[in-house]
Amino acid sequence: MAHDDPDHPHSLLPPEPELRVRALETLLTRKGLIDPGALDVIIETYSEKVGPRNGARVVARAWSDPSFRATLLEDATAACAALGYHGRQGEHLVAVENTARQHNLVVCTLCSCYPWPLLGLPPSWYKSDAYRARAVRDPRGVLAEFGVTLAEGQSVRVWDSTAEIRYLVIPMRPEGTEGWSEDALADLVGRDAMVGAGLARGPA
Amino acid sequence: MSRVHDMGGRHGDGPVAPEPESAPLIAEPWHGRAMALTLASGALGQWNLDISRHARERLSPGDYARFSYYEKWLAGLADLLVSRGVVTRAELAGAEPAPSDLSARRLAAEQVPAVLASGGPTSRTGPPPRFRPGDRVRTRPRAQNAFVPGGHTRLPSYAAGAEGTLILAHGAHVLPDANAHDLGERPEPLYTVRFAADTLWPEAAPGDEVTCDLWESYLEPVA
Repeated sequence: MAHDDPDHPHSLLPPEPELRVRALETLLTRKGLIDPGALDVIIETYSEKVGPRNGARVVARAWSDPSFRATLLEDATAACAALGYHGRQGEHLVAVENTARQHNLVVCTLCSCYPWPLLGLPPSWYKSDAYRARAVRDPRGVLAEFGVTLAEGQSVRVWDSTAEIRYLVIPMRPEGTEGWSEDALADLVGRDAMVGAGLARGPA
Repeated sequence: MSRVHDMGGRHGDGPVAPEPESAPLIAEPWHGRAMALTLASGALGQWNLDISRHARERLSPGDYARFSYYEKWLAGLADLLVSRGVVTRAELAGAEPAPSDLSARRLAAEQVPAVLASGGPTSRTGPPPRFRPGDRVRTRPRAQNAFVPGGHTRLPSYAAGAEGTLILAHGAHVLPDANAHDLGERPEPLYTVRFAADTLWPEAAPGDEVTCDLWESYLEPVA
């Protein structure tokens, strides 16, 4: 494994990505190594069941329940598991809280590490070269491209996910939401806000 | 030295293009197929997460830049299937497939929910930590693998030779630098280290910070 193979085997596959994936799936299925039905279940899981709504419920609970918030900040893996959110690409979770003094932004400069059980699959921008290259060096410029302007006196901490720790940003709770139900609060929490590339929406 | 994937801090990429939150996370059917095929192939147990990441990093710089996200996954998967002996080059090129003795390990549809729900934790029993939160540390002078030239590492180049403050200790975790090269898991204490952004990039706003998750052997104490 130490040496690069100058003649990459992937070049033996058809050039069109759709044909390439079909050729690989067909080959592995005929060899008895892949159950196409398993692929269907994986795709269904990440297109219908696991997505940012999970993370929004965690945030809404943290806003509503001080003891849950304390547990979440102390041991996010356990706190999220207690709500039923755990598993692949979320084995070790850390929650970081935005405050009037500090805004948090999450990136993976080396690949595309992202908290799948809480947010689902990452969006294209999170995986893009531009985000991976610039979020660490120019976070304020990147935030401006998302329409986010920080308050005066707010510093930025960028979390580069270089290990198997996955980060969830807890946005600041919008004003005017005192007494709201967790379901109503969760509706204010979008995906981008939980990566730190956005803010929670205010009440309509 | 570094590879093409190590792009944190690079200049020249232009603006980020945000997408509506309502856009589907699987934009094209073949994206989902490529993602699921990669996960299901991993369940055959012929490689680990670090090996599969390194397979994508080992794409030629031209391919890495040219390929879309899931094309990188497909190319990494195809290269791994051959290098780990799961399929032959001839089969990949269209020859009649031979039966495989790995078929008993095939991930069945009914096993998928449990496999996704358990994931693959990387925490391990390991040596006690040498550092504690609050300690000042310095990273390796270069972002390179200590075992294998050109090998896998999770120290980004921009954070090499940098001084920072340790803020979180995560216990011992599998060391990717070893695990990506079949050298065993060699668990080490893992930490989050905070760097003042203006020590990494002079143009950074004072007070801004960048953190990285770094293994103990990447770090040395700062007196």
